[in-house]
Amino acid sequence: MLKKRIIPCLDIRDGRTVKGVNFVDIRDAGDPVELAKIYSDRSADELVFLDITATVENRKTLAALVERIAAGINIPFTVGGGISRINDVALLLKAGADKITINSAAVRRPALITEISREFGSQCVVVAIDTNIVNNEWRVFVDGGRTPVDLPTLKWASMAADLGAGEILLTSMQRDGTKDGFSVDITSEVSRLVNIPVIASGGAGTMEHFRDVFISTDCSAALAASIFHYGEIDITELKQYLRKEGIAVRA
Amino acid sequence: MIAIIKYNAGNIKSVQNALDRLGFESVITDDNEIIRKADKVIFPGVGEAGSAMRYLSDKGLDRLIRSLNQPVLGICLGLQLMCSHSEESDAKCLGIFDSQVRMFPLTDKVPHMGWNNLSSVKGELFKGFPLTGNVYFVHSYYAEVSIDTSAVCEYILPFSAAMQKDNFYATQFHPEKSASEGEIILRNFLGL
Repeated sequence: MLKKRIIPCLDIRDGRTVKGVNFVDIRDAGDPVELAKIYSDRSADELVFLDITATVENRKTLAALVERIAAGINIPFTVGGGISRINDVALLLKAGADKITINSAAVRRPALITEISREFGSQCVVVAIDTNIVNNEWRVFVDGGRTPVDLPTLKWASMAADLGAGEILLTSMQRDGTKDGFSVDITSEVSRLVNIPVIASGGAGTMEHFRDVFISTDCSAALAASIFHYGEIDITELKQYLRKEGIAVRA
Repeated sequence: MIAIIKYNAGNIKSVQNALDRLGFESVITDDNEIIRKADKVIFPGVGEAGSAMRYLSDKGLDRLIRSLNQPVLGICLGLQLMCSHSEESDAKCLGIFDSQVRMFPLTDKVPHMGWNNLSSVKGELFKGFPLTGNVYFVHSYYAEVSIDTSAVCEYILPFSAAMQKDNFYATQFHPEKSASEGEIILRNFLGL
């Protein structure tokens, strides 16, 4: 049986991990490779690295980091942040990333999704969608959630899948950082609508939240950042809990 | 020396990274002589069957791979190309394994992406592989279960997760991305 995936997300600035990290056994909490190894030892199923600086100058730093991550870990990982050109994608995949994630650039120029999937295969294209409710409708936001777009989330998700996305990373902005739980409603609608895997993101605060999003939606994976980094939830314990609740996860 | 066959398919470096972690030296090459003389050959790949087969035949690699006598390990697209035919671009493949490659019916999400367990496991590759072990898959096409199947996985339908015939081994999943379970399989292959 295909397992539901648990994915920690790490924010990167200038090749270093940012955000608080609270592991007792870590020597250098700023080293993304060391953190990645800890997560993979604690049975994380995949990792996502988001470059929050994402400038052209930082591309080479990021590619060098991706090479070190690829050499160090034996589970799949995705890299994203400010990717807008096929050359960015080529550089990161060549450095060893398994997948890349695109967000604003895909909304501004949807053909980018098709170009990347034709060149490198749809399995490596994760389309990230930041969404929030505007006038009672879930809409798409770009620029790290700062700019609303006149585009319904369901329409964009369906377009992205048709254009060649291999996966959708759906972040509920109204829940992100709140620890109130995932937005089950929009996650459920998107994951029923598209025939590609959907990663739920935004709002994880407790183990029950993971159970709820897996039980109430067809999402394939759930992503979180701070609750893992601060050690509030240990991934191994989370998986034991989910298994007890009848959800198929990898040990 | 272990030769990793270089062709127009992605993420070959990750196989080399995995071998490095296990302490085995390898070379990524499309040089027929180096491949022929290698102790072991790995035929990896993520990509599209039709263009991969065209590239292999342009380089003479199709005949070479079929003629190899040392242990050969196909991974992902590598497994599919070792079958007789693929529905992807209606590609005639290497014909090492007696199996057809088909697209998953769209009754569930495709690609089959993520960790899944195996059944009907047999052969040297799976020595010491835990019964409940999971491995990482990402694919939209699958090889039908056949006489050469050495492990079965179930997603939408049962398909060949691994195959073996004589010195030819292959996995549909990515051992290089499958944590400690994947390392068991790579070590078994390297120890053949």
